[in-house]
Amino acid sequence: MNIFVCIKQVPDTETKITPNGDGTYIETSSIKWIMNPYDEFAVEQALLTKQANSGSTVTVVRVGGVKDTEALRTALAMGADDAILVESDDNLDSFMTAKALKGAIEKSGKTADVIFTGKQAIDDDCLQVPQLLAGMLNIPSVSVVVGCEEAGGAFTLKREVEGGALEVYEVKSPALIACNKGLNTPRYASLPGIMKAKRKPLAQHSLADVGVSDADRRVKYSNFQLPPEKPAGKKFEAMDEAVQASVVAEVVGLLRNEAKVI
Amino acid sequence: MAKVLVFTEVTSDNVKSVTYEILGKLAGNDVDVAAVGQVPAGAVSELAKYGAANVHSLKGDNLDKYSPEGYANALKEFIGNGGYDYVFAGSTSLAKDLFPRLSGMFDAGMASEVTNFTMDGGTFAGTRPLFAGKCLAKVEIEGPKPHFVTVRPNALGMPSSESPAAGNAADASVAAGEIRAAIKEIIKGASEKLDLTEANIIVSGGRAMKEASNFKILDELADAIGATVGASRAAVDSGYAPHSMQVGQTGKTVAPSLYIACGISGAIQHLAGMRTSKCIVAINTDPDAPIFTKADYGIVGDLFQIVPILTEELKKIM
Ligand SMILES: Cc1cc2nc3c(=O)[nH]c(=O)nc-3n(C[C@H](O)[C@H](O)[C@H](O)COP(=O)(O)OP(=O)(O)OC[C@H]3O[C@@H](n4cnc5c(N)ncnc54)[C@H](O)[C@@H]3O)c2cc1C
Ligand SMILES: Nc1ncnc2c1ncn2[C@@H]1O[C@H](COP(=O)(O)O)[C@@H](O)[C@H]1O
Repeated sequence: MNIFVCIKQVPDTETKITPNGDGTYIETSSIKWIMNPYDEFAVEQALLTKQANSGSTVTVVRVGGVKDTEALRTALAMGADDAILVESDDNLDSFMTAKALKGAIEKSGKTADVIFTGKQAIDDDCLQVPQLLAGMLNIPSVSVVVGCEEAGGAFTLKREVEGGALEVYEVKSPALIACNKGLNTPRYASLPGIMKAKRKPLAQHSLADVGVSDADRRVKYSNFQLPPEKPAGKKFEAMDEAVQASVVAEVVGLLRNEAKVI
Repeated sequence: MAKVLVFTEVTSDNVKSVTYEILGKLAGNDVDVAAVGQVPAGAVSELAKYGAANVHSLKGDNLDKYSPEGYANALKEFIGNGGYDYVFAGSTSLAKDLFPRLSGMFDAGMASEVTNFTMDGGTFAGTRPLFAGKCLAKVEIEGPKPHFVTVRPNALGMPSSESPAAGNAADASVAAGEIRAAIKEIIKGASEKLDLTEANIIVSGGRAMKEASNFKILDELADAIGATVGASRAAVDSGYAPHSMQVGQTGKTVAPSLYIACGISGAIQHLAGMRTSKCIVAINTDPDAPIFTKADYGIVGDLFQIVPILTEELKKIM
């Protein structure tokens, strides 16, 4: 099987986000970048699928800045075979990203039997790229996947919806699977894996190489700003059992009369 | 004035309530509503009050269950025929999956999960949180129409006034086309309550809950006020609650009117998922817990003592 995984590099979740000077994006100079957490599940599922289908290859693809290619190296160290980077320092929208991923996959010369992605990138939180990419490639997709079984190129997938209910899908390869937490336990890269990763092939393309231009932009962002800070709230001491009933009664009164939420 | 379609989902006797929130913001435009399946008569008249000119029930073979391709094909045809400038929906599980695929079929752009928007001169401009709510930005859509927008439930609030329109109910027949990814079974979730992302009140428990069975005191509180129960990642990772209940940067982003955090410290990743809640109550034994900096009302106390008292107190007034 030709297995592809799309991975995005995003700011570490601990990062303090500050808008840049002209509000066109955020300040990126001192950010620590990590692999999008959901994409770790995608890489792991790709490797599990490879293990179950001898002769398979796992190719990881990323669209983004060239300065730091940590996420791709991590995926190679985990066991992916080769990597493709489409270079762009811009804050691309989902449409451009999906088109670039499609171009990169096609340029690899391999036809994708299955593509794994994360369900969501935790920087733009768009949840668009997987479905857009599947649509552009005219293959079916299932998103928010928490269960994945495969036999002979046929997948049984569990998609999580409201209230923790699961929709069970059946779909044959080629297909795109967008992975959620809970699907598997991503492996750590071993030391030999990290050494080996350094020698694995990493192809680089420009956006133009994969057929994407500024005319493909669909969404424009501006006015990046911090959310308004809330004024300090009221705090009540209630470690002492004697005051608990009156504190709770007071808070309930405030919820009803001041905040008007109940 | 723009021509707008609001896509909705039929619930047992109504449509998703976020639909009304969206209609309120679209007053003054030419607005239709459509759902796959039969829109209940009661919902049609309610939608009319808030500005729906036409309410379409879309019907066709193989549409009894959701499928990304079946729904996308059916709506592609219907939207194309209607000549809409904009297509809106609440950002439900279904719309989050469907809308990107659908927008791609029109080669068109989509703004995900906006928390506010304007339609000045018939042109959309929205606000949306990024980086899990650590930052806000203005979002505009360019290129071929229709433009697609999903709106976070509970963010806009219910319209404060009515803006009546005709509300003509009409059936339209649509075709699902080829479906390669089909649902063969639905496994019910543990909870019959409103999903976290739609809930108006949320009670969440953290690591301090100590074990899964202790969540029953949160269930009792939730039952008293019609809330949905959530959890921190520490509670989920410790096996006290399933991941579907996790609130935060790698869980659900929620914006209820009331969020009650019990034994949750308030880590940045947790705050990211709930900080836009209208009112936050925190119960924590540590007076210096970061959650108190975001709480409207903080109670420094033991949740195992406070929560039962709170439940009784709320029962009195509900
Ligand atoms: C990549 C990444 C993603 C993450 N995503 C998320 C996410 O989506 N959601 C999330 O929640 N976290 C997330 N986290 C984890 C986050 O950093 C915290 O570890 C987590 O939120 C802590 O959960 P907690 O507040 O329940 O536990 P703790 O931080 O251990 O806090 C427990 C609190 O309970 C209080 N307490 C103890 N006993 C009592 C009692 N009897 N009564 C009242 N209070 C009591 C304590 O004072 C303490 O403040 C993420 C972390 C990473 C690295
Ligand atoms: N720039 C990118 N490069 C590679 N994959 C991406 C990129 N952006 C998004 N993806 C993939 O699409 C998923 C969902 O992203 P999003 O639609 O941005 O929320 C991510 O988890 C990745 O698997």
